[in-house]
Parts: sequence; structure tokens; C-alpha cells
Amino acid sequence: MSKNISEDRKYSPFVNFILHLHPKRIDKRAVAYNRTYGLGGIAALLFVLLFITGMILRFSYIPNIEYAYESVVALQNQSLFGKFIRNLHHLSATLLIVVTFLHLIRVYYSQSIYYKRSRNWIFGLILLFLVVLSDFTGYLLPWDQLSYWAVTVITRIIESIPLVGKALADFIRSGDSVNENTLLNFYNFHTGILPLFLIIIMSYHFWLVRKAGGVALPETEKKETVEVIPHLVVKEKMAALIVIAGLFLMSVFYDAPLLDEANPLKSPNPTKAPWYFLGAQELLFHLHPVFSAFIIPVSLGFYFIYIPFFKYEHLHVGVWFNSASGKKIMFRSVILSIIFTFVLIYLFEHFLLFDIWMNNWPSWIGTGLIPLLCYVVPVGAFLLFLQKRHQVNSTELKMSFTTILLSSYITMMLTALLLRQEGMLLIF
Amino acid sequence: MKLNRRKFIKRLVIAIASVEAFFLVRHGITKKTAVINKESLVFVGEESKFFKNNTYPFLSDQFYLKRFDDGGFMAFSVKCTHLGCVVNINTKTGGFNCPCHASRFDSYGNVLSAPAARPLDIFPIVVKGKELYVNTQKAIIRQSFDQKQITYV
Repeated sequence: MSKNISEDRKYSPFVNFILHLHPKRIDKRAVAYNRTYGLGGIAALLFVLLFITGMILRFSYIPNIEYAYESVVALQNQSLFGKFIRNLHHLSATLLIVVTFLHLIRVYYSQSIYYKRSRNWIFGLILLFLVVLSDFTGYLLPWDQLSYWAVTVITRIIESIPLVGKALADFIRSGDSVNENTLLNFYNFHTGILPLFLIIIMSYHFWLVRKAGGVALPETEKKETVEVIPHLVVKEKMAALIVIAGLFLMSVFYDAPLLDEANPLKSPNPTKAPWYFLGAQELLFHLHPVFSAFIIPVSLGFYFIYIPFFKYEHLHVGVWFNSASGKKIMFRSVILSIIFTFVLIYLFEHFLLFDIWMNNWPSWIGTGLIPLLCYVVPVGAFLLFLQKRHQVNSTELKMSFTTILLSSYITMMLTALLLRQEGMLLIF
Repeated sequence: MKLNRRKFIKRLVIAIASVEAFFLVRHGITKKTAVINKESLVFVGEESKFFKNNTYPFLSDQFYLKRFDDGGFMAFSVKCTHLGCVVNINTKTGGFNCPCHASRFDSYGNVLSAPAARPLDIFPIVVKGKELYVNTQKAIIRQSFDQKQITYV
């Protein structure tokens, strides 16, 4: 016992903390940059940055519709570096969503979510959900035209969920339109409840990573280990400094958007949801709300939660894309899915006008079931083709399916973000 | 599962506390008392003030009052049924256009072109003598136009 204590004392408190996060020695391959790309660590770093800048912003922000906008303007124009802090917060939040998503992609494609890591996949999904929720609640706070109408649009999407939608949306807004209570609730969630949840679940997420034995690696016969200090810590420090330097530089030149003060009587043209929800908004254009706001999101949610628990054959934990042929299939799926989704959007916009052709049918068939089949049938045919023609195994087939779904969402999001202009028309 | 006295009391306390917590949080989020009870009936004016075949905006009360050729009235919600943007009056057709996502409605609020899926919501009109009032607290969600939705003085 006394020997242990004296060994502990050898380390400074900081080193001690690092050795709580990491083991003393780790596999050499886990240190390689292209194993993890440092995405989880960068996400944690961004959370810390957001926490610090958020605490500073809290001093000057007033969560009341009369003063909210003015307080943001005052912060930007009168405080020293006020604009810089707001830009930094905005950019870090945007980057956090991107990085969290990339982290999900990384663990998924490096086959690091199965067996003992399956529980951590679920906590990862919860963290992603909380990150998106934090971003969304923060979106309303400046109370300008952009934030007001984006939140209006999103709560309207929630309203289109059958049966419970209206009650749920009224609960979120605490009223039938976005009002002063919504602002106070969002402020409370954004600066109190969500960060607290994030910290708790993040800690658990980290602990589960260590409990599973760290980064997932393919099995080998001889293992080579290195000391965490300095080998891993130096790389972590370097990545953190690059990210911080990049964000600081960007915050000087890129300004976080701030339009006119929110005006509930005048909708801007076009009105768009926050960028990460634009895929959902695009889906709502083409599909009946019962499908686009309920059946599809709910079934996708279940699918993603269930991914690590399916039955798999020939699973190679820690191998990128499961195998060399898996990699080829994945790239093929991405390219085909992007082209197919984009062409389908274009066809729905100009040629396949089911809502007009099937005017006499119930709208859930004409604008719901048939457009959905236009997507599902070709995707199913493609997967069947892979299985029959190329003898792709079920593991890689499921991965291909997930890839198609993710690429479709990104395509819809980018289409709505970049190509939809005035009147939400597709303009190239 | 055996339930002894100690366990029973423990669970009872937890159950009561969670019910209380639920109501506290719910009340806190919806802020029932803070919502100012607005006058539910909005006075819009005397019937003779409104010309036939004209649309009158009452934007701060969130509705358009429309008088048809035959003298009937309808009060449409300004909110587009697609994603809740404020629709504009189309002066050429007497209908409504949504600036956000290009939905179009005819003069009875019916959908002329998607993405909106159902007609504009309407508010009930109350007639007291010659005076018109609109009940803005009670939006009527409808699936199609019906002659009964028009109010006559």
C-alpha cells in the first residue's frame, strides 16, 4: 500500500489526470493518427471551448424577447472582443456537430461498435442527440429573423407528427407559436440542463471506452506497446492546438450570422431550418408528414440503435470497412446513393408530380407511399444485386444500406442548403 | 417479488415525489400563469365597413378577414399549413401565397399547389347585431372547404 502511494506522488496532478483518461501504455497502432483521426478528443475539446465561451456570453445575454436581440448587438458592438467570443462559440458549435457526426462514421466504419462496445454506441447516439438539441436550443437565443423562423419551421415539422404532434409542439413552444416562454425555456435548456446531461454522459462514454480496452484494433499475434506519455499525449496536444488555432483564426474573419430582430408578422424568403435539419426539411417537401415526420425518423432511430445487435457473419472488429472488398462496396454505395438521391429530388421537383396526378386519391398515397416506393424499390434492387451478383455477405450488406441512408441525408441537406433559393426553388 | 413495509413506503414516497416533480416541471415549462389571457373575441368592426370581394389583414391578431361576392365572411389564419410562415395576399387571384416554400391557396384557403397539404386554418366569426368578432383562440383545422364555413350577417 505504501509503495503505491509513493508511486502516485511521482506524477504531477495533470499527469495523474491524463493517466485516468488513458492507460499507462497502449498499443502502438492505436496512436497512429489515421486510426481515430482524434475525432472524439476534438469533440471533447470543442465542448470545453463552448463551455468557456458560453459562460462568458451568459454575462451579457438577457433571455427576454425585449432585450435579447439588443443584448447580442450590444455585445458585438460595445464589448471588447465580444464579437470574437460570439463567433468562436458559433463556429465551435457548428464544428462540434460535424465532428460528432464524423466520429460516429469513424467508429462505425472501423467496426468498433460491436460486442463489448455496443453499449457505448448507444451512449454515443444519445450524445449526438444532445449535441443537436443543444445546437438547436442555442439557435433561437439571438432572437433574429433567422433564428425565429428556423425554430418556427422545426416546431411545425414536429406538429406534423400524427396524434401527439400538436401537443408536443405546443409543449416545446409553450404556446401555439414561438413566444417569450419559448425563449426562456430554450435558454434554460441550452445553458443549464443540456450541458449538465452532456457532462454526465460524456464521462460515462469515456469510462466505457477504457473499460472496453481502448481503441478497437484488428487482432494480431505480437503486440507492440508504447508509453502514453509522451507518444499519445504529444499528438493530442498537437491536434488540440491546431483546432484552437484554426478556430481563433476563423473567428477573426468569419462573422456569426445576425439578421434583423425577429418579426413574427413577416416571414423571410426563403425560410430554412438550421442547416443540420435541412435534410429533414427537404424530406418533408417530397413526402407526406406521416412518413417524413414520423414513420421514417422513428424507424431510422430504431435501426441505428439496433445496428450493433444484429446478427453478423465474418465480422472483423477494428478493420476498416470490414475487408478490402467492403471498402470497394462502400465507395460504390456512396457515389450511387448521392447521384440517385439528387436525381430523385430533381425528378420530384419537375417531372414526377404525384400530388397533381393523384389528386383524387388520399394524400398519404399520392404524396407519401408512392414517392417512398420510388426510393425504397431502387435501393432494395441495388442491395439485392450486390447480394446475388457479387455474393456480398450480410455484414457488408447492412453496412452498404447504412451508407446509402447517410449519403442520402447528406445529399438532401446539401441540396436544401446550397441549391434552394427564393421560394425554395431549385436553382443551379 | 416480496414487498415488505419498508420497501412499500420507499416506493410510495418515490412515486409521490415523481408525480410532484412531473407537475412542477410541466408547469414550469408551459408557464400557465404567465400566459396572458388575451381577449378571445377580437372586435373587427361593423359589417358595412367591409367591401365585397376584399381581404383585410389583421396581422397582429394573426388572421385575414375575407368578404366574398355574396357578402359572406371568412377569417383565415395567417399561418401557412406547411411550416407556419405568414402567407401574403395575392391581389390578382384573391388567394394567398406563402413566401417561404411557395405554397399557394385560393380565395377559400384551399391548396392550389404543394408543399402545403391542407387548407388554411380558419377562426370562427361571431356576429353580434351588425358587429363582427373573431375568436382567435380557437383555430379550426379543416381538411377541405365547405359552404358552412362561411359566416353571413
